[in-house]
Amino acid sequence: MPITQTEVEKIARLANLELTPDETQLFSEQLAAIVEYVDQLNELDTSAVKAWQPASAGNVQTSHATRPDLTEPSLGHEKALAQAPDHDEGHFLVPRVIGG
Amino acid sequence: MANTNTIEELHKLYAAGEAKPSEIINRALDRAEADNERLNAYLTINREGALKQAAALDADIQAALKDKPLAGIPVVVKDNMCTTGVRTTCGSHILGNYVPPYNATVINQLEAAGAIIIGKTNLDEFAMGGSTENSGFGPARNPINPDYVPGGSSGGSAVAVAAGHVPISLGSDTGGSIRQPASFCGIVGLKPTYGRVSRFGLVAFASSLDQIGPFATNVKDAARALQAIAGHDRHDATSSSVAVPDFASALTGDVKGLRVGVPPECFGEGLDPEVKARVEAGIQSLQARGAEIVEVSLPHTKYVIAVYYIIATAEASSNLARFDGVRYGLRVEEARTLSEMYRRTRDAGFGAEVKRRIMLGTFVLSSGYYDAYYEKAQRVRTMLVNDFAEAFKKCDVIATPTAPTPAFKIGEKSDDPLAMYLGDIYTVTINLTGLPAVSVPCGASSAGLPIGLQLIGNHFDEARLLNVAYALEQ
Repeated sequence: MPITQTEVEKIARLANLELTPDETQLFSEQLAAIVEYVDQLNELDTSAVKAWQPASAGNVQTSHATRPDLTEPSLGHEKALAQAPDHDEGHFLVPRVIGG
Repeated sequence: MANTNTIEELHKLYAAGEAKPSEIINRALDRAEADNERLNAYLTINREGALKQAAALDADIQAALKDKPLAGIPVVVKDNMCTTGVRTTCGSHILGNYVPPYNATVINQLEAAGAIIIGKTNLDEFAMGGSTENSGFGPARNPINPDYVPGGSSGGSAVAVAAGHVPISLGSDTGGSIRQPASFCGIVGLKPTYGRVSRFGLVAFASSLDQIGPFATNVKDAARALQAIAGHDRHDATSSSVAVPDFASALTGDVKGLRVGVPPECFGEGLDPEVKARVEAGIQSLQARGAEIVEVSLPHTKYVIAVYYIIATAEASSNLARFDGVRYGLRVEEARTLSEMYRRTRDAGFGAEVKRRIMLGTFVLSSGYYDAYYEKAQRVRTMLVNDFAEAFKKCDVIATPTAPTPAFKIGEKSDDPLAMYLGDIYTVTINLTGLPAVSVPCGASSAGLPIGLQLIGNHFDEARLLNVAYALEQ
């Protein structure tokens, strides 16, 4: 299936990526080649097969692990904010959300 | 390999008083630093922190040898595992200056076992790649021949062991990222069962596939490294509470009566003839030691790359949404609005392969394509799980090549992502099914490049798997 540049631009918007025109061109060619390759899965009749779930592989003993809902010590404000590019008075700061 | 000491050899030196931890750690740091310009295996070498820990151990080493199985052993870890106060980049400019406020569980486990972490190793950005060429900080190089890739994505951790800097290291394996570089560098690389080792503090790539495991020069050291990191962790809900056996004591080398499954689908088109010959010779050596060779079928082998690249990229597109310039890492400052900041930060911070995979993953999950790609792939994944369940009715372990070729030259495949992906044909299926597998050296090509044989075990059967690897190694 060919992937048009318009589709690549739409996917980039969904993924919050800003691509250059060169990247858009390159990715539309490369993604088309990959999608053409994965289309071979259509050779298989999967109508009677269930989609994989973690428990069905038998690889996790408790497929829905639970724990008591209790408050425990955590990082705390100072450490949680220490790596933020911008913060003030216990909050993450970001550019304006509305308008512009 | 000449200057490598095994865990056992280092512990003998310590026990006899012939070396102190600070001397061994200093020697490992010297080797790592001396090789780094040529091999680019490390993104961070933690000389100061490692020497401090070593000095603290000098006086207590005799006591530590009794109750700490990795006392005074220098180790390195892939730079996608969080280390308190030590930069953790994932090989990406988007995390170029990230200093985690906590340790991954495996880091705490290594330190509790007495190991000393001397560095953080180079990788394909966010573990996406098979050559370590996708690192944002330049490619790592194969110590056997620096014109060749070391494999990936855990290339730096493989190089550190193969070049003799450290006896063991940790990598992560989402589609072969421990086993393939082990194969390319001529060492042992183990991907444990999904759930065997905690992923808490491992920066996620594809959460239903990711697993942490060890590299070593020999099977016994790989078993000891696994021992230190295996087990349930309440911080990782996917970690398993299945009992952890004593892996090293399972290494008897006795494989009499053991059934080794050989799937013809893994020995056909696309397999380099030299790799085929070496792997077949390895399987025959198991037969010579009393193992029984049985043919098993993995009929959907030709579809595994397609299934893998749909599921892995879908999960990656979701996991990597968190890198948005708000809580940590890079932020592009000139943006006027929040959404512009997100897009420009991600464009500046991610490399081409990461963007390509985020794009593919977003596409297969997007409205109108989800059923045709993601749902379809998850159904075929069930068929792969069933194939292995059938195969394991007839055998105890399965033997295949680790990779279809030996290491390739740096730059040889970097313009053709699909060609690169096809090199993962024997490894990705193990992640899709959650099984354990180990790559063991089985000789070299005529050009002198190492070749690896992959042994696959049933879920949580690492003890037997490692024993077969040990028999192969003898």
